[in-house]
Parts: sequence; C-alpha cells; structure tokens
Amino acid sequence: MHPALQGLLTIAIGVSGCVGYFYLSNQFLDKVLFPARGPNAGRNINRANMIRPWLFLLPALAAIGLYLAYPVVETLRLSLTDRVAGGGYQWVGLANYVQMVAEPKFWEAMRNNMFWLIVVPAMSTAFGLLAAQLTDRIRWGNIAKALIFMPMAISFVGASVIWKLIYDARPAEQDQIGILNALYLFFGGTEPQTWLTIPFWNNFFLMGILIWIQTGFAMVILSAALRGIPEETVEAAVLDGANPFQIFFKIKVPQIWNTILVVWTTITILVLKVFDIVFAMTNGQWETQVLANYMYDKMFRANDWGVGSASAMVIMLLVTPILVWNIRNVRREME
Amino acid sequence: MSDIAGTKPALRWVVQASVIFLVVLWIVPTLGLLISSFRTADQIATSGWWKSLFPSEQNLTLRTAAPDTQIQENGMYVIEGNLFDEGQKATISKWGVSSRAVDAFEPGQTAELRRGGTITVDANGNYKAENAEEFTGNRGPRVFVSAELPPEFTLDNYHKVLLAEDSTDSMGRAFFNTLTVTIPATIIPILVAAFAAYALAWMEFPGRALLIAAIVGLLVVPLQLALIPLLKFHLNIGIGKGYLGVWLAHTGFGMPLAIYLLRSYMASLPRDLIENARVDGASEFQIFTKLILPLSFPALASFAILQFLWTWNDLLVAKVFLIDASGQTTVMTNRIVELLGTRGGNWEILATAAFVSIIVPLIVFFAMQKYLVRGLLAGSVK
Repeated sequence: MHPALQGLLTIAIGVSGCVGYFYLSNQFLDKVLFPARGPNAGRNINRANMIRPWLFLLPALAAIGLYLAYPVVETLRLSLTDRVAGGGYQWVGLANYVQMVAEPKFWEAMRNNMFWLIVVPAMSTAFGLLAAQLTDRIRWGNIAKALIFMPMAISFVGASVIWKLIYDARPAEQDQIGILNALYLFFGGTEPQTWLTIPFWNNFFLMGILIWIQTGFAMVILSAALRGIPEETVEAAVLDGANPFQIFFKIKVPQIWNTILVVWTTITILVLKVFDIVFAMTNGQWETQVLANYMYDKMFRANDWGVGSASAMVIMLLVTPILVWNIRNVRREME
Repeated sequence: MSDIAGTKPALRWVVQASVIFLVVLWIVPTLGLLISSFRTADQIATSGWWKSLFPSEQNLTLRTAAPDTQIQENGMYVIEGNLFDEGQKATISKWGVSSRAVDAFEPGQTAELRRGGTITVDANGNYKAENAEEFTGNRGPRVFVSAELPPEFTLDNYHKVLLAEDSTDSMGRAFFNTLTVTIPATIIPILVAAFAAYALAWMEFPGRALLIAAIVGLLVVPLQLALIPLLKFHLNIGIGKGYLGVWLAHTGFGMPLAIYLLRSYMASLPRDLIENARVDGASEFQIFTKLILPLSFPALASFAILQFLWTWNDLLVAKVFLIDASGQTTVMTNRIVELLGTRGGNWEILATAAFVSIIVPLIVFFAMQKYLVRGLLAGSVK
C-alpha cells in the first residue's frame, strides 16, 4: 500500500477508533454496567462517575506509561546488563558505568555538555531579553520579533546546513563563500580558518546555532513577562529620576525573575537532548562530542546497549533536579 | 511608560540601530541559504552569495563555437557567434587570446590567433573569427574575457531536487514520507490528550493531583531513554521499523505536553459553564464534545502547531523507529544529513534540499504565529 494512503487510513482509523472508544465505553458504563434506573439508580450513578475519569484517561495513560515511564525503568535495567551472544541478558552490575567513565570520549562529552549547559541558556536568555526589551519600544517591533523568532520553525538539521555554509572555508587563493571567513579576512585575518576543526573553540561555533534558534523563544516569553509588569512600578522609578538602564536592571528584571528562570530551565532541558546539530555538523569529531550524540554512537553504531543505556541514565540524572523543581512548583500552584 | 527613551532622541536611535543589527544578524544566515539555492553550482563555488545580488566583474575562460560550424565567406573561413549563453547580458571590458595576457585587447579590437587567423570580440560578446585556411580541431579557440555580469538566478536546482525521478538527490519521496509521518502524528495525540486533559481538569477523583505531578515530571524526561526499550518492544510485538512505530512513538512522546497544555487551558474555562451544563442533564461525554472541545480551540491549535513543527523537524525518532535498511522510508531531515555526508561540497543541492524542508514549517510558522506564541507561553512550565 502506498504510504500516503496508509497515512490517511491511519488518521481515519486512529480518529474513529478514539472517538468510538470514548463513546462506546461511556455508553457501556451508563447503559449496561451501571444503568441510572431501577432500584439502585443513585448508587449506580455514583459508581459510574467514579469510573468515568479513568475511561477518559486510559488511552493517554497507556501511551505515557508505555512510551515514557516504562523506558526509564527499562533503561536503568539495561544499563546494568550486557547482551549475551545468542540472545538473553547478563547482569553485570556497574560494569557498564565503569567502562564508560574509563573512556576519554565520555569525559570529552561531559566537558562539552557543561559548556553547552552554561553558554547556550545564558546567551539565548540574554539575547532574548535584549531583543524583547528593544523591540517593545519601536513601531516595527512586531515585524522584528517575527524575524528573530523565525529560526524556531527551522529544524536543527536545516539550521546545520545554513550554518555550515556560514562556516565554510576555501583555500586562501580562492574567493571565500562562507561569510564568516569573508568577514574575518576583510577585518584583517591572515588566512581562512576551518572553524569547525579548531578544537575547543569549535564547540562554541556549534553552540551558536542553538543560540540562534532559541533566542526567539526566550524573546517571546520574556516579552510577554515584560508587558505584564505593573506600570506604577516603572512610573515611580521615573519620578525618582532613574535612568533607563537602572529601570531595566533594577525595576524590570527583578520582577520577571521567575520567568527568566523558566526560560533558562526550558532551554537547559533542550540542550541536554541536543543531538541533531552535532550529528549533522561534526558527528563528534574534533573534540565536539556531546552526551546525546555519544549515546547514539554507543547504541546504534557500536551496538553496545549497556554503555548506551548508562549514558542515557547520565542524561536522565542531569535533568532530574529540573524535574523535581517543576513538580514542586506545580504542586504549590495547585494547593 | 514604554517611551522613557522618547525624551532622549539619541537613545531612541541607538534602540532602532540595535534592533536593525539584531534582525540582520538573525535573518542573514537563512537569507544566504535561500539565495544560494537559486544559484548554479559554479556560481556558489566561485563567489560568496552576498556578491550575487550585484553585477559582478568576473574573469572567464570561454570558447568560440567549434570549427565544424565554420562557413566560407568571400574565400575566408569564418566562425561567428556570441561567447555568452543566450539571454545572458554581459559587458566585456578587456579580453585576450592567451592565458599569459588575458586583458591584452579592448572590445572591438582584432587579435591574432595562435593557430592562425584573427578574431574580433565586441563588448556584448559577439565575435568573428576569420582564417584564410580551414579551422581545425574539434573545439573552438579559447577567449579570455573580463566581463561584468548581471545578477543571475535559476530554478534549475529546485527542478532537479524535487522532480528528478531517478536522481539520488531527489527529495520528492522524502517530502511525502515526512508528510506521512507528520499528519497522523499530529492529529492522533490531540484527541487522546484532550479527553485525558478534561478528566484532569474537571472531574474529581482520588489521585488526580498525583497524576498531574507525574505528567509534569515526564514533560522533561529525555526521549533518549526511550529509544532502546521501545525499539525492542516494537520488534517484539512485530511492528518493527515503519510508519506505525513512528506514529506511536510521536504520540507517546507528545502526550505529556499535550495533556499539560490542554489541561491548563481547560481548567481556566469558567466553572459556571460546566456546572450549568451538568445541572441541565448533559452527560460528561456531551459536555466534552459539545462544550469543551470547541471552546478549547486555541489550545488545541497551539499544541497542534508545536507537535507539527516537532515531528516535521525530527531526526532522531525517525532514524530509530522508521528508517530501515531499504531507505524507502527516509524523511527529509535524514536525506539532508546524508547529503551533508556524501555531497558536502555540492552546495546547490544541499541548499535547495534544506530549503525545501524548511519552507513548510516557515509557512505554518508565519500563518499561525499567534497560536505558537500562546502554546509556548502556556507550555513553559511556570
């Protein structure tokens, strides 16, 4: 069957299956299992209402349980086992973790990830805050916002191609076609650089791509927060003779501090999962490895599920503080 | 309040200039790719895309027509024609017939050819080579020109990338595959999540708060953890790698965000509305389909656009759950990564392929920006 047809069929089956399930299960509950008539009508209605939420929740919980909750446990188990030739698994305790921390590539990935975790959220938030504050003050601000926001729609892979053209290097005697080298030579550089192969600094050229993508996100969220600041606070500061910089840093920023934290953590989570950019640009060569790509390497190239799972658990461990923080916030909000 | 800077014109100009600078910085990368996709391989390889917007002075090595096109005129052998392709409007400033003196002659002058005869070249590229004896060889004599060429763009790359049937560069199939992955993977989770979100927002039952907390927690679980266990699971139950697997995976991975977004929105709907409907005897199912679902349209649209962008742009999930060894089910992101590996130097193919893949999300983005912003505002956990 043609995939497109298969896709349409899936939509039809999926949608009608969902609607059918919800409709029929509700009918079954109300008409057959606990009918709202006869001697026990009152009791039946109550019972039906106790079960109904779970009917509504069942498909979603099944999907979440199977596709997110179960894998966490299973990955933990896999990280403590090794595949045995001929099938089956063997308990190896922490051997996979020991093997992983003995690898220089792992520590390279850890080091780079730390830089990613500091630089990308910080720069994206800073640029986003700057763009939000500046665009709010000018007439064509909305157009400017849309243009800065636009990279959000571009895939990491597409962005990688875009930036690979920027970082392109040609031999010195030829015309440069990468704009970075052209500018570098124009401003007095002596010879064209192959930016992506300069160890250590190349990491920052890769980070630039994610900052370019994420600044728009930070800007949109922070711009909404800036507009939510009560005007009285700013007016009072103006009357007291504060200059624009003081107003921005001493009046506005403290009031949106919570939103800045939210933006920061959201980008942090994204950074931990960043895979496509490194995979497409350098594939971890020239000391640009990061955890997510290291894990992919182990799992699907080296076929070492044990160490792959162990490195996935490291990523999980790194997001756990944010996870706990989020849950605490939500619980506090709901009380 | 917004115009504290209004009192200081200097500061206002600084703000304007900074925004212009930021915007330029942010769109130039994409612009470079877009422009490159309309240039020929030669143009991309020899000059920066920013130069293609202006007429450029170029040194070219061209040839006259081959000797077998020569005609006899008044006892002389003559080759006549134009050095440039048809429709190309170039202006020659200097020219020559030897690689050691490429700018020896002005337009309109006549030069001796090394292998006998003479040639005259005009500024517009018209030439006339004359020889008392017959021209020999199978290629015409070389002419070196310094010419000013107008900006020139072509649609050939798109033709090649999208339509070339047998070409390995073809993105046509990958485009449809991406579409096939994306649409079901966007629609199905919405429906499933909407019911769950309603239950979490408006039904009382024990364990509700705990469930909401769990969903918020799962919001940040890296999907890297799910790859191996789920691939194993898919292989065990016989789905293997394919569309069904990738649809299921996207549905599962998108579920926490969908429930979270929709629940927050539904919980903010007025309580009276729902309680009145309950008093009037509407069943929960009716309240949901007739009241909540239509009212939640903005939240549904927000999630739909986020999920669409995410599934369209995804590489990892497709690589793990969809693409098998046959390569028949490849998606665009994967094609582009392959092109980066095998045709890293062929910028005309790369740029065009990349642009084909980002044009759809860009259209969706500009058409539905309002909903995207709303979704992001609600989705970043407070």
